[in-house]
Formats: sequence, structure tokens, C-alpha cells
Amino acid sequence: MKRLAWAFLAGALFVAGLVLGGMTQPRKVRGFLDVTGRWDASLAFVMLGAVGVYALLYRRGLRRAEPWCGGPFARATQHGIDLPLLLGAALFGVGWGLVGLCPGPAVAALATGNGRVLAFVVAMLLGMWLVDRGRSRAASSGEQRQ
Amino acid sequence: MIGLAAGLLWLSGGQIAGISGILGSLLSRWGQATLWRVAFLAGMLGTAIWLQAVWPGAFSLAGLPGLGMTALSGLLVGVGTRLGSGCTSGHGVCGIARGSVRSIAATLTFMLTGALTVFLMNRWLESAG
Repeated sequence: MKRLAWAFLAGALFVAGLVLGGMTQPRKVRGFLDVTGRWDASLAFVMLGAVGVYALLYRRGLRRAEPWCGGPFARATQHGIDLPLLLGAALFGVGWGLVGLCPGPAVAALATGNGRVLAFVVAMLLGMWLVDRGRSRAASSGEQRQ
Repeated sequence: MIGLAAGLLWLSGGQIAGISGILGSLLSRWGQATLWRVAFLAGMLGTAIWLQAVWPGAFSLAGLPGLGMTALSGLLVGVGTRLGSGCTSGHGVCGIARGSVRSIAATLTFMLTGALTVFLMNRWLESAG
């Protein structure tokens, strides 16, 4: 229960950070990506600030045996740079650039009740589901071959 | 504040605040670990609805393209973040702070293609207008 309360609070703070940083305004995000035009660098500071604070808290966690609410600390399961990582990141960047929304701000922007934001989120979930389905198919056909 | 939020999730439950991962895993079989994800998303949505009511200007969707374009982009973001195992929060904030080589490579890649997309779109809009 305590764990869930912390997760709720973290989600709440996360959105407050996105909103204060201006990430829920697609035009501002596209201004940040417009490095060759009228570049709006403010989001770079939002991101650097987040990285800095998280780096400190992450290290604090590493010194502990377990999290406050018990259980293991999550560990990275994949190592090394591979094609799916780079291809996926490249596709994500194109989608991000086209509208100026990434997954976190898109969820927050659902609060506007805008139909296009809803379409974005539904299409995003569909895209994730398609990748999962493709992967499980590839895994099962790999098993059959063996 | 974003860093503090991600840090609290890490220190309290040992979890990584990657939004695309949290959303994506809700699409597979639900279990014990679903609970904190739903709680996190509830915190996000509840706060967003409250902030939108008191400060609508911060949620300005000015410049958001039409339905076809937003849906296509959503699909690209969904496929891309699942294939690439992360988005701006998981790779860009948490991963970089951990010093993960994978996350640094992913972040440079999506920043580059994002900037290129904006550049090409602005060029196209200029020539069209």
C-alpha cells in the first residue's frame, strides 16, 4: 500500500514537472527540436536538471540494500547497442518531431479532452502492441525451428 | 521536479520511471507489478486534470497538426519506443543519469531524427506557404 502511495505521488510530481517545464505545449517542444531555426533551449535545462537530480537519487539507491518499501531494485536487462534500439529510437524521434508529443506529456495532455491527443495515445498503444505481437511471433517461430 | 519524481519511484519501490515502459507493459498480462504502474498513471492523470483546470495555458495545443498526422505520429512513437525500449523519460532522463551507453545512444538518435523532422517540416511549410 505504501508502495502504491509513493508511485501515485511520483506520478503526480512527474506531471507537475512536465507542466512547469513546458513539455505539455507541443509548439514549445518542437521549438526545442528546431536547432537550426529559432531554437528554444529552455527544455534542455529542464532535461539536464532532471538528469542531475535523478543521478543523485539513483546513487543514493545504489548504496541501499533494498528500496524503502522492500523488493529488488530494477536492473537493466539489455546491454550493448543493437539495431532494434537505434531503429526504434529513430522512429520515435520522427513521431516526436512531427507533433511535439512524447509519451509522458501525451498522457498529461489527455486532460485537455482533445480528440487528436486521444488519437495519438490510442495509436501509440496500438504501435506498442504491434511490436509486442511481432516479437512473440518471432520468438515462437524460433522455438519451432529448434 | 521530474528528476525528483523519478528518484522517489526508484528509492521507494526500485522502479524506473519510463513512461513508455509503464504504458507498454499494461498491454501484456497483468500481475502484481501492474499495481504500481496504475498508481503512477493515476497520479499523472489526476494531477494533469487538476492543473489543466487551474492553468489551462500550460496545456496549449497550439500548432498541433490534424488528426491523420497525430495518429500517424502516435503509431511511430508507439512502435519506436517499444522497439527501442524507452522514450524521453526512460532513456533521456533515467538512462543517461545511470550512465547507460544504450540510453545515451538512443537519446542522441531520437534527438537527431526529431530535429531533422522539425527541420524538414519547417522547410516544407516554408516552400508550401
